[in-house]
Amino acid sequence: MAMDKLYEFLTGPALWITVIIFVGGLAVRVAWLYGLSVERDKPWHDFKSAVWAWRSIIHWVLPWASVSSRNQPAFTGAVWVFHICWIGVPLFLGAHNMLFEQAWGWSLPSLPDAVADWASLAVIACGAFFLLRRLARPEVRILTSAWDYTLVLLALAPFVTGWLAFNQYGPYGLMLNLHIFLSEVLLIVLPFSKLAHMVLFFASRSAIGYEFGTRRGARVW
Amino acid sequence: MTAEAQKAADKVQEKAAASPEAEAPKPVDVGKIKTILAANEGARMRMWLSICSRCGLCAESCFFYLAKDKDPKLSPAYKAINTIGKMYKAKGEVSREFLEECKEVVWGQCTACRRCTMYCPFGIDIATMIATARAVCYSQGIVPDGLARTTENIRTTGNQMAMATEDWIETCDWMAEEYGEEVHGLEIPMDKQGADYMYTVNPREPMYYPQDVGMAAEIFHIAGLNWTMPSTGWDSTNLAMFAGDRAVATIPVKAMYDKALELGVKAIVITECGHAFRSAKFEGPYWVGIPGGKPPVPVIHSVELFRNIMRDGKIKLKHKFKHKVTYQDPCNVSRNGGLWDVGRELVNMLCEDFVDMTPNREHNHCCGGGGGFIPMGPPYKRRRMESGKIKAEQIRATGATHVIVPCHNCFDQINDLNKEYDLKVKVVSFKEIITEIMEIPESMIPPEEDEQEAVLAEEEAKREVEEGAMEEAGEVQES
Repeated sequence: MAMDKLYEFLTGPALWITVIIFVGGLAVRVAWLYGLSVERDKPWHDFKSAVWAWRSIIHWVLPWASVSSRNQPAFTGAVWVFHICWIGVPLFLGAHNMLFEQAWGWSLPSLPDAVADWASLAVIACGAFFLLRRLARPEVRILTSAWDYTLVLLALAPFVTGWLAFNQYGPYGLMLNLHIFLSEVLLIVLPFSKLAHMVLFFASRSAIGYEFGTRRGARVW
Repeated sequence: MTAEAQKAADKVQEKAAASPEAEAPKPVDVGKIKTILAANEGARMRMWLSICSRCGLCAESCFFYLAKDKDPKLSPAYKAINTIGKMYKAKGEVSREFLEECKEVVWGQCTACRRCTMYCPFGIDIATMIATARAVCYSQGIVPDGLARTTENIRTTGNQMAMATEDWIETCDWMAEEYGEEVHGLEIPMDKQGADYMYTVNPREPMYYPQDVGMAAEIFHIAGLNWTMPSTGWDSTNLAMFAGDRAVATIPVKAMYDKALELGVKAIVITECGHAFRSAKFEGPYWVGIPGGKPPVPVIHSVELFRNIMRDGKIKLKHKFKHKVTYQDPCNVSRNGGLWDVGRELVNMLCEDFVDMTPNREHNHCCGGGGGFIPMGPPYKRRRMESGKIKAEQIRATGATHVIVPCHNCFDQINDLNKEYDLKVKVVSFKEIITEIMEIPESMIPPEEDEQEAVLAEEEAKREVEEGAMEEAGEVQES
């Protein structure tokens, strides 16, 4: 009974708060940075170019399209799979889309459950690989703080709990609530942490595209 | 005791009284640091500081890291986080000891080559962050002596080697005379109004390698360019940029722009120097405050001008350069200047046997002498030689006998590496190669001695006639 109440709270008011903080936080952060850039990042605005922004971004969105990403091919592959699945699974999961349908009468196409299941496992496997890599490679370990480990675990948590809940391993009600709760924590933390690279990646890559490309005629990948 | 002796004794006492204070560490001017940090805390800096995901991909881009057995403390991210990162974290409230430690990192472990920027998935411009850390250290008088000296030279004389204008002009005249013996009619036009190109140099050319000035004049003369040397604003280098003193960095750039505008030239040409190109073309406009961030007249590097001269057939070659050559991409010409292909085009037009380094073009490694390292002098030389190992290995692997280097700092560094690692190569500039193999047109071949005498006598006779005519005209006027 308590689990049902909790579920109602997490999918009710808590969800609204989460969405507001997630969307609002990102929007405010981006708007604020943009304003600051107008004032203090003159080269950014002097050399704006859609072409160089695109080139700078695409060479780092596609796997192995930059020299640097080819230097560590396994890591690059894992990064790519991780990000695709991390974004794709929650948006195209059948169960999520049923909820969208219920709430708004509208939903996205759904992935077959088996695919989503494997994709979740892929996220978890890649995440585990990232954690191991952080520990194993001295140049990464030395940079990593407790917060960095926490963020990786936080990014994985919804997938671990979601996968367990979906496959009905462990107490379903608890797992489901945990899944929703951790997802909400993740979305609340995201705009204010380095996970904001979800959107700032594009801004940062555009800026360096202008700096090297438009301004100097040089590639940066 | 005489009055003088008393004065001297007082002075000694004063000094003794002052010395304990002088020995005590100076306090840090936190206000100044905060101002610098705030001025540089734009949207990019904030993003860079906050989104670095600590992936470590930048490590392998850095030759300091590679040369020292992959010491993780030499990875670019580590260096940035522990210098500029900590400065921002502490909101500028840092100690002098901390800044002294930073000095060893930001100057002694980074040449601002920007290779790591290319290797970062987010495009975090670590070199620019390090540059801000340099500015902070510099603001507290913490800077390698060599850079402090050159910056002071620029502040007081307008050029990094404190060369007097008369000496500069005299050197140009001397070179015109010297090279005029090889190429008839050669001159070094000074402050020629309306010239197409204004050539600017590195002060070490007139100071130590005047032949560089002569060779450039030879090439421009034979190519038939309408060019000029400026009497002021001729130093296009900018070591204040590497010291972190923006106010002083503005001085030579402004002098150069002003002169170019005054003479109405179509372009400023930068000698074979990397950082001078960066300063004049990319950073200078912002220091001077030109809206849009572009120099008032186009700035082109020698590599481009030489390539254009060769491409347009303005210079004919006796033959191609026969030795096996490789090409050093100066960071500020290739990676930060976009001229990697132009350089190679020129090499291929001049040389028979060219073999590239690996990696090359914009991915080429810094020689280890950039970012102010060469002028930082002996205290940093050992480190420079150690970190230069990567470049030495790259060069050795090519099997080349000559390394073409269109940058003065690379030139010195590779010469030093040559000795240190016994590379058995000759380091050459494009000017040296071009002047060695170019054909001097018949009309410019100086007449033989007899002929020369005859020509001189003829000119003398002409002058006498003219003078006579003028005198007569004067007399007429007077009467």
